[in-house]
Amino acid sequence: MNLQETYTSLGLSDFEYDRILELLGRAPNYLELSLFSVMWSEHCGYKNSRPLLRRFPNSGLRVLQGPGENAGVVEVGEGWALAFKVESHNHPSAVEPYEGAATGVGGIIRDILAMGARPVALLDSLRFGPLGEERNRYLFREVVRGIGGYGNAVGVPTVGGEVEFAGAYSGNPLVNAMCVGLIRTEDLVRSRATGEGNLVVLLGSKTGRDGIHGATFASDELTEESESKRSNVQVGDPFAEKMLIECCLKLLDESLLVSLQDLGAAGIASSASEMAAKGGVGIEVDAERVPLRETGMEPYEVVISESQERMLAVVEPDKVGRVLGLAERYGLVGAVIGRVTDHGELRVKNGGETVGSVPAEYLADAPVYEREVVRPAYLDEARSSDPEDYPQPDDYNLVLKKMLAHPNLCSRRSIFQQYDHQVGVDTVILPGADAAVMRIKGTNLGFAVTTDGRGRHCYLDPRGGGAATVAEAYRNLSCVGAEPVAITNCLNFGSPEKTEGYYQLAECIEGMAQACEAFGTPIVSGNASLYNETEAGAVYPTPVVGMVGVLEDVSRYATPGFKREGDMVVVIGSGSRVSLAGSDYLEVVHGRVAGEPPEPNLDAEKKIADLVREMVRSGLVDTAHDISGGGEFVAAAKMALAGGLGIEYMEGEFERRLAGQGRGRADVALFGEEHGAFLVAVPWERWAELRDALGGDVGHYRTGTVGGDSVKVGDVIDVKLSELREAYERDLFGAPGGAEVTH
Amino acid sequence: MGGGGVRLGVTIFPGSNCDRDALYAVERMGAEPVELWHADADLKGSDAVIVPGGFSYGDYLRPGAIARFAKVMAALEDFARSGGPVLGVCNGFQVLTEAHLLPGALLRNAGMRFVCRRVRVRVEATETPWTSSCEPGEELTLPVAHNEGNYFADPVTLEQIEADDRVVLRYLENPNGSANDIAGVCNEDRNVVGIMPHPERASDPALGSEEGIRVLRSILAEARV
Repeated sequence: MNLQETYTSLGLSDFEYDRILELLGRAPNYLELSLFSVMWSEHCGYKNSRPLLRRFPNSGLRVLQGPGENAGVVEVGEGWALAFKVESHNHPSAVEPYEGAATGVGGIIRDILAMGARPVALLDSLRFGPLGEERNRYLFREVVRGIGGYGNAVGVPTVGGEVEFAGAYSGNPLVNAMCVGLIRTEDLVRSRATGEGNLVVLLGSKTGRDGIHGATFASDELTEESESKRSNVQVGDPFAEKMLIECCLKLLDESLLVSLQDLGAAGIASSASEMAAKGGVGIEVDAERVPLRETGMEPYEVVISESQERMLAVVEPDKVGRVLGLAERYGLVGAVIGRVTDHGELRVKNGGETVGSVPAEYLADAPVYEREVVRPAYLDEARSSDPEDYPQPDDYNLVLKKMLAHPNLCSRRSIFQQYDHQVGVDTVILPGADAAVMRIKGTNLGFAVTTDGRGRHCYLDPRGGGAATVAEAYRNLSCVGAEPVAITNCLNFGSPEKTEGYYQLAECIEGMAQACEAFGTPIVSGNASLYNETEAGAVYPTPVVGMVGVLEDVSRYATPGFKREGDMVVVIGSGSRVSLAGSDYLEVVHGRVAGEPPEPNLDAEKKIADLVREMVRSGLVDTAHDISGGGEFVAAAKMALAGGLGIEYMEGEFERRLAGQGRGRADVALFGEEHGAFLVAVPWERWAELRDALGGDVGHYRTGTVGGDSVKVGDVIDVKLSELREAYERDLFGAPGGAEVTH
Repeated sequence: MGGGGVRLGVTIFPGSNCDRDALYAVERMGAEPVELWHADADLKGSDAVIVPGGFSYGDYLRPGAIARFAKVMAALEDFARSGGPVLGVCNGFQVLTEAHLLPGALLRNAGMRFVCRRVRVRVEATETPWTSSCEPGEELTLPVAHNEGNYFADPVTLEQIEADDRVVLRYLENPNGSANDIAGVCNEDRNVVGIMPHPERASDPALGSEEGIRVLRSILAEARV
């Protein structure tokens, strides 16, 4: 292999190689080139997304730690704080789904641990190709098994998440894992290395050859050859991770660490250089002192190995004995592998001999590419199609059942029952509601967390879809009764080197940023996963938002299920346009993703969500659900199914919708989608109170009554709950196609 | 109901993950929680011991197969054989069968998937230190979360434990294929009980149920005797 082939195979461009020559003033050796390769990959260096990410607001009253650390941290109250982050593991999961997903969970847990927090909740945002294809079923089944296999064993409950299926994700699934950790504000730790002469200690598992160049692999498009990169995928050991969690928390509890950093992409090289760059110091590591699980490893392999379940700590020399002793108590490998120096370089030694040395700041400073934002041609074509050109169905009972049975709308029970969602005894609202709610022991406080993504919407309208993604998360938290506080995000996009991909990235970010500003919810951590493409094309642009919120009184919350016969069901809406464009109906019934989706009105969204939250917090409302995919009647049917009680719409209500939002079309009236709308249910005698709480200028109307054992809407829909349940509660891992609804 | 200074030990193996939940429940019961580290062959004067759930030693080889050789187990076995009350929950149940303190074995769930949900169970035997506060035939809703909860014993053993009224809990909706819908059993002397459902997860009104802590509280009356 000649020189150019070597750096190209490591994912570095000619321009980047020249930049390295210029920075170092000499040619790098293979080890040094490997360091640049991983640290300047998109995964570690954000070289395409960094200029765009500056658009995100990231400060706020509750923010204790914004972007730049292992996780963002926000204050909850009474001395408690939450550390949280979402991260992708898309490419590893595409070639080795079980381990890819498992190590995604393991990696995000260590990010939270690195802040000093105890990991207390996990969520997963997943996308796959349609389940009709064997390969997609395999990926889906194994990813879910991997998440459960790791999360269940490590003892952190998986309390929420979401999943969708679309052709755009065939061959390139999205696997985003989010973790939330709980910490006392005074116990926060940082990853900044300080104190010349302090020692660098590696804790956890032994180091092997797994995951060599994994970060580089994650920053490239997937091709037929990707199969051969299976060995780039790491293997997880949740047992070691569990011991690592308990050991690190104990070390921090006894104030034995100066700083802490997890080892993820690019292993020791990445962690050590980040710790050094942040602290403005140098770090020397000796590859020979790293405990290995296989023989014959080259020094460069040792320092970029992505072996899992390892952490790097900076320790004062007189405390090293106690640190190593505790590591042994927890059955972990603990080894002093280097020290903090004043030369500002990441220096790798092998025995006494220096085998590579690069200023840490160069590694931490990947080149930045700013590109022109050009509107791609596909948008006009996709948006020009009129969803109302299609014929209307004649049996809406069948359509409702079909919608509820569709993998994008049906019950997620067959997934979340494979996850332990209660270990830790803090889960107040179990999976299946709008957001998970967790309590904080010893207080009345709680927090809520949700993940949301709207790939189809972002494909048809990147800016509106980006804003709507944040709005959906804001609604989900509000309707359980939580005050939204801050956001983590994972930007899943196609190649930024293509017009389409870069435009989608830039516009989604703009939409998200506008929504974050309107809602007062800063982005405090995140991750970008670009190059989600196969030979068949890019995935839908899918920014995933993980939002956390606070409940001052965790006993005051709402869930979607109807609770009492006779309750009045009320629609509260922002008056947004109602349309089938980009709707679930259009995809389920007509197999199309097209049209101009309604644009969210962010001020109206906020106002209504805030009102709903106040009604939940005051105890007026205990039954609430946001209207999202599938529209209002799908939302109402889900509330009926969750509570085991039917709903009857009032006389004339369907006709009113038909004439109003439906513009004469029953399909639009029933399954059109909108923004900023909720369904709540209250006892009739509290109607006046509800009306007062809403005030005069918020759109709302009584729409139906809870009761009976069916869903009835005028003379267009009348289906027994038992029939709907059969469609809705399908096993997503069952036969291909599952419960195909035909009658 | 106060705990009256009852010392309730909770074993902690590497990979246990319900140990903190069990200790929390013990505290809520008003008893004194005692941490029993796997490497110490010492029950620290515990009046009764809970072997909690989790994935001890990563469930490597077979759930419970390695934990039974931990140092603390030697002390626990002596304690159990001399009549000390012991409760194994989930992985703890698996550990106790591996240690032959309880009959039978727990196989992979019939559905071949991990199952986390609430199930209805019936209290079949109240003459054990861990169920004495329940009414015979009482129905409870308790959480389960396991991959290997499918109770198995040979036909002779099954007949024997049924004849001796040693089935402690029975599923009303069998989530895992267990023989005779068995969710929990006790030993011949009835002081050692193993159950798959997690009573510690239904021990707090903030989480919507206290049906589990009612089971656990049985031990307070027993241990004082």
